[in-house]
Amino acid sequence: MTVQTLAGLEGVRALTCPEPEREIRGVYIGDLLSWVMGRAEADNVWITIMTNINIVAVASLADTSCILLAEGVTPEQSVLDTAEAKGVNILQSAKPIYETAMQLREFV
Amino acid sequence: MSEPLKFTYPVDGDNFTSAGQASVQVKKVLRRLGLDPETIRRVSIAMYEGEINMVIHAGGGEAEVLIYEDNVQIILRDKGPGIADIEQAMQEGFSTAPDNIRSLGFGAGMGLPNMKRYTDDMRIESEVGVGTTITMRVDL
Repeated sequence: MTVQTLAGLEGVRALTCPEPEREIRGVYIGDLLSWVMGRAEADNVWITIMTNINIVAVASLADTSCILLAEGVTPEQSVLDTAEAKGVNILQSAKPIYETAMQLREFV
Repeated sequence: MSEPLKFTYPVDGDNFTSAGQASVQVKKVLRRLGLDPETIRRVSIAMYEGEINMVIHAGGGEAEVLIYEDNVQIILRDKGPGIADIEQAMQEGFSTAPDNIRSLGFGAGMGLPNMKRYTDDMRIESEVGVGTTITMRVDL
């Protein structure tokens, strides 16, 4: 499944998607950034509710396929601009984390 | 052995939002050199955690990256307060980060353990009141 396909699921939308064709393998959920860097694997979807600028660096360095913001949280425009420039996909789900993860279950 | 490729980056201690810029630069360099993605990931994360530590605790410092034929070395030097008890600092979950840092999702006490986890060798030299130098090596 690609990030673009994920962005088309019900309740999900792309906030910035510079690399839509990126393949997704697995899911990691977490809000503690160092914990995410220690545990997430490359190409994971990273589900979080953190929206500060540092999520862009974490996603880029940990090489996740995209950030999926749950609960409909929205980052500032500057975060989206940085993500766009650094090739980091950011998607948003209107649903809570558990429902978001369950929605992904059949695809990853 | 041939001379290593050497890169030096200042780490700005005042700017938490730009933390990670040196790591992102290094990631680009390693990509251009054609290193495998998992190695790049390990080097990038270890260096980013080090950068974050320098910003949180030491008011910045300097990061040096040396790329040899068979390994990558990352040397992080700061003139911060030093680490009083290195063994304690290496424990997962131990943190002295302030609340404002924790609210950003850092300060979980995972920085140094992650640096060790993702590298093949890590050495910490630290003197209280003088500073800290961390040397990490990732084998290729």
